Amino acid sequence: MSGHSTYQPQSAFMKWMEARLPIASLIHSSFVSYPTPRNLNYWWTFGGILSLMLGAQILTGIVLVMHYVPQETMAFNSVEHIMRDVNYGWLLRYLHSNGASMFFVAVYIHMFRGMYYGSYKEPREVLWILGVIIYLLMMATGFLGYTLPWGQMSFWGATVITNFFSAIPLVGEAVVTWLWGGFAVGNPTLQRFFSLHYLLPFVIAGVVLLHVWALHVVGQNNPTGIEPKSSKDTVPFTPYATVKDGFFMVVFMIVFAWFVFYTPNYLGHADNYIPANPAVTPAHIVPEWYYLPFYAILRAVPDKLLGVIALFASILILMFLPWLDTSKVKSARYRPLFRQFFWIFVAVCLGLGWLGAKPAEGGYVIAARILTIYYFAHFLIILPLLGFIEKTKPLPNSIEESVLGHGAAAPKKA
Amino acid sequence: MTATSSAGHTRRDFLYIATGAVGAVGAAAVAVPLISQMNPDASTIAAGAPIEVDLSPVAEGQVIKVFWRGKPIFVNHRTKKQIEEAVNVNLASLPDPQPDSARVKEGHANFQVLIGICTHLGCIPIAHSGPYDGYFCPCHGSVYDTSGRIRSGPAPTNLALPPYQFVSDTKIRIG
Ligand code: HEM
Ligand code: FES
Repeated sequence: MSGHSTYQPQSAFMKWMEARLPIASLIHSSFVSYPTPRNLNYWWTFGGILSLMLGAQILTGIVLVMHYVPQETMAFNSVEHIMRDVNYGWLLRYLHSNGASMFFVAVYIHMFRGMYYGSYKEPREVLWILGVIIYLLMMATGFLGYTLPWGQMSFWGATVITNFFSAIPLVGEAVVTWLWGGFAVGNPTLQRFFSLHYLLPFVIAGVVLLHVWALHVVGQNNPTGIEPKSSKDTVPFTPYATVKDGFFMVVFMIVFAWFVFYTPNYLGHADNYIPANPAVTPAHIVPEWYYLPFYAILRAVPDKLLGVIALFASILILMFLPWLDTSKVKSARYRPLFRQFFWIFVAVCLGLGWLGAKPAEGGYVIAARILTIYYFAHFLIILPLLGFIEKTKPLPNSIEESVLGHGAAAPKKA
Repeated sequence: MTATSSAGHTRRDFLYIATGAVGAVGAAAVAVPLISQMNPDASTIAAGAPIEVDLSPVAEGQVIKVFWRGKPIFVNHRTKKQIEEAVNVNLASLPDPQPDSARVKEGHANFQVLIGICTHLGCIPIAHSGPYDGYFCPCHGSVYDTSGRIRSGPAPTNLALPPYQFVSDTKIRIG
């Protein structure tokens, strides 16, 4: 994609093909000869892991659809049927439900990696924004999927989330009725959610292609945050990145398998094994763990409309990160103050997640308010100011120098 | 060649604008059914026909739940004490001020009929609970009094009232 293909078709067939559809050289230049910074660490393997998880979700999802029935009176039983009767159905379903969680684990690591090393900064703004769009689509997909088993949490989660739109002044009620296809969450809602749950992963796949395209135009960032200057700063994607990505994918799969085989319901809620009952709301309704920080922000605000606005703002603010961070230095390695604020921010996000699972009362609400204010202050006050007041550490001259030290790089340079 | 360059805006420009205009109208016309199909269909609307509820078995102090249009409707046979508490409230202290009399039918203050859906994000509040012995929503802690008025918590408005009327002293029609 960046015009450095060294691919030479060998066989007569590949030569014939190359003149008609140069797909082999595209793959070669993108995943074989593609130059990657020589200093990438394991935090850079999560992009590959995410692609793998997307593929895994699509695969297990398509197989589940062969047995699942998206109908109010049958959905819950069809999931039980998958669990008890279908050959390996229990495995496929646990792979899909835990796969969603692992997908989010990977995306959160991937995003925090980007924040730590300043990967959203010039020239990677569009790459970052595409990533935020993928994240939003993932959240929508996960939410839609969670309604499909039609248990108590499915039903009431769908009710609460769709009611976010009732906060819109004037047309709110009409919008919610339109989303439901009825006067409450019901069969029409389930059927359209199923349709969209099937669709969105493929939309995600499309945006992933754009994301990878943008990546291959600007190149990967790296732990120093300085751009590669010569071929000494890079190594070819294959075998270096291929092996490193592959190794960590396998490690990640072992963790995934541990959840699937040893504690498959740990990340879910027991209430979702109770069939949906429109007459009774469960005593504690909590979303899936990956939405908890945002749920805490929603509940921290005592006003309905403002709460919903705060929730959406807390996600959309990520789109503006490239311009809110005013520092020219990318990597936290050379930003001593930012590094501390980064870890505080991570702690605040985890804290909000913890509070999101607690009842909304007393001290929990007060703590959630403080952390919500800090969350926004991180983006709107701390990051803009740090760029002006922080004294950054000196940057190495090149990636090669940062890896091999001054002695190794200097003679060759001169 | 000469004709297009010298005459400037001619047939191609006309075609361009006409095609664009017809195309835009066509796209808008297609959008209508695509959007409209998501609204409640005829069978859903038909299932929302009025229902009659016999109140004679509802004892004083009891709250029953019936479904109308997929929504839970609470019928609360209030006690004297509950009615007094609902009436004797300083309206100025309420987030969504409304006298109790505006929330019941005249002469039937003992029966209160409400849509049992929290006006925050749609959970079903629990009857006979919360500090006012009214309704308490477990989802995010909204508290309603015995008149279904919001007293504290994130819900913006009082519990809504369904359209209903008394067909006799012990029977109502909802819808
Ligand atoms: C971005 C990728 C995806 C994510 C994050 C995701 C997430 C989820 C989640 C969280 C559930 C609820 C699991 C449970 O509690 O049982 C679910 C269920 C389901 N999903 Fe997906 N999904 C994805 C892709 C797909 C695809 C591509 C299909 C179909 C082609 C699919 C089909 C289903 C079906 C049939 C169910 C209901 C059965 C069940 O509950 O296990 N999913 N999904
Ligand atoms: S839905 Fe009742 S308080 Fe939020």
